[in-house]
Amino acid sequence: MAENGEPVITIDNVSKFFGSFQALKDTSLKVTAGERVVICGPSGSGKSTLIRCINRLEKHDAGEIVLNGVVLGENKESIDAIRTNVGMVFQQFNLFPHLTVLENLTLGPTRARKMSADAAKQLAMQFLERVRIPDQAGKYPAQLSGGQQQRVAIARTLCMEPKIILFDEPTSALDPEMINEVLDVMVELAGTGMTMLCVTHEMGFARKVADTMVFMDHGEIVEISPPDKFFKEPESQRCRDFLDQILQH
Amino acid sequence: MVRVLVLVLAGLTLSGCSANWGWYVVDPTSDTGWSNLKFLLSGMYYTILLSVTAILISIAVGLLVALPGLSEKPLLRRLNQIYVELVRAVPILVLILWVYYGLPQVTGLGIGVFWAGVIALALSDSAFQAEIFRAGIQSINRGQYEAAHSISLNYVDTMRYVILPQAIRRILPALGNQLVYMLKMSSLVSVIGMSELTRKANELVVSEYRPLEIYTILVLEYLVLILIVSAGVRWLERRLNSGDQR
Ligand SMILES: Nc1ncnc2c1ncn2[C@@H]1O[C@H](COP(=O)(O)OP(=O)(O)OP(=O)(O)O)[C@@H](O)[C@H]1O
Ligand SMILES: [Mg+2]
Repeated sequence: MAENGEPVITIDNVSKFFGSFQALKDTSLKVTAGERVVICGPSGSGKSTLIRCINRLEKHDAGEIVLNGVVLGENKESIDAIRTNVGMVFQQFNLFPHLTVLENLTLGPTRARKMSADAAKQLAMQFLERVRIPDQAGKYPAQLSGGQQQRVAIARTLCMEPKIILFDEPTSALDPEMINEVLDVMVELAGTGMTMLCVTHEMGFARKVADTMVFMDHGEIVEISPPDKFFKEPESQRCRDFLDQILQH
Repeated sequence: MVRVLVLVLAGLTLSGCSANWGWYVVDPTSDTGWSNLKFLLSGMYYTILLSVTAILISIAVGLLVALPGLSEKPLLRRLNQIYVELVRAVPILVLILWVYYGLPQVTGLGIGVFWAGVIALALSDSAFQAEIFRAGIQSINRGQYEAAHSISLNYVDTMRYVILPQAIRRILPALGNQLVYMLKMSSLVSVIGMSELTRKANELVVSEYRPLEIYTILVLEYLVLILIVSAGVRWLERRLNSGDQR
């Protein structure tokens, strides 16, 4: 259900170097509002680097990234654009271990969005309900299971009320029996019209929610296509080999 | 620990029966002994005040010096290094003398014994605090910065709410060590006339000629003070670490 409209993210010929190693090679991608993009590819292909450039966890060296009309760079305007638009969920959850679940959720709203403590708490409880763990609000992250921790991390991101969420292999660090509880939350989120960029190898999830599949290899975007076409008849040999490998079991 | 202390005390008291000891100078049941004891103990106030003031300042300075040491900019890291190397190289006693006798000639302003002591102790300790903070902050996982960035916290908020609370828990034992060290080093300020524990003991020795007993009491004063501080730090560690263990 990708709407045809102005792109909310335009990645235009972006390159990124780590020393002399080029992790991204002239990559270009357009994402429209509400679009769900699933990015896959072999390890080291630059998937994380690509999405991390969108919230400037990595700074690209060449090319241009435009977020809701703002060209990203070292300036206040682009910091504001990222704050009001982009959230991120990490493979390792990265919850703050010294804070309770509720405090993890209210920190961003109170400090970065200048909300009152009461309003932030209300917002936090609302999103804890959404990820179905309101009863864990007073616990510390270490007292929760991996699946619960990742759902808290998703709720923490939602508390910033972003328009776009970046997911970097959100289920890769989870025990198999906990993967579904996290994917369910993500499917539900997809139903709300959230713009999502997910790096994941969960192809069942991809088939269910993706509007667009992206395949990367060696720092390049090799293939961009709708899931039907992507899974049935991928254009490149590299993509076919990759899919054979991860779909064989 | 307490049992050892009791043994030491018992040993000293028993040996007090022999000819070499003259416990009467600090015998709490006699009038002079009691007033001597009170005189010795009265140094406690300044020893504590001096050490606590100095450590608070050195923690603040240490943190401010540690932050540029964590920067990506080589110049800032270099500044941190120079500060640490220079300050660490000066013996504390020399620093005390320099601040008390030397600094007023540079600034033209007289400086009291107390503040001279505080400045010298704090300055000297700040280099070590800076290294402790740097190591503590560096030990925090990069993911914590990334999570803070992803909820748009600025540098100050990231440090204040995310990184430092975790770093301080980790360096608490080292901070405790520094406080103990500070309590001991504060005895050096006696040379410029600060009326703390050591100075009081020196004064009493001059008038009573019983160095063995008086310095033994002095040893015990430091021992008790530091055992109490150690217990306090351990209690704080337990309290901070309950609940949120990874
Ligand atoms: N901070 C860094 N310094 C140096 N090299 C890096 C850094 N981050 C990533 N790289 C390199 O850039 C390349 C792309 O990394 P990236 O993390 O984007 O890959 P990925 O597709 O996400 O892989 P994975 O599936 O293993 O997460 C890799 O070869 C990696 O070693
Ligand atoms: Mg990755």
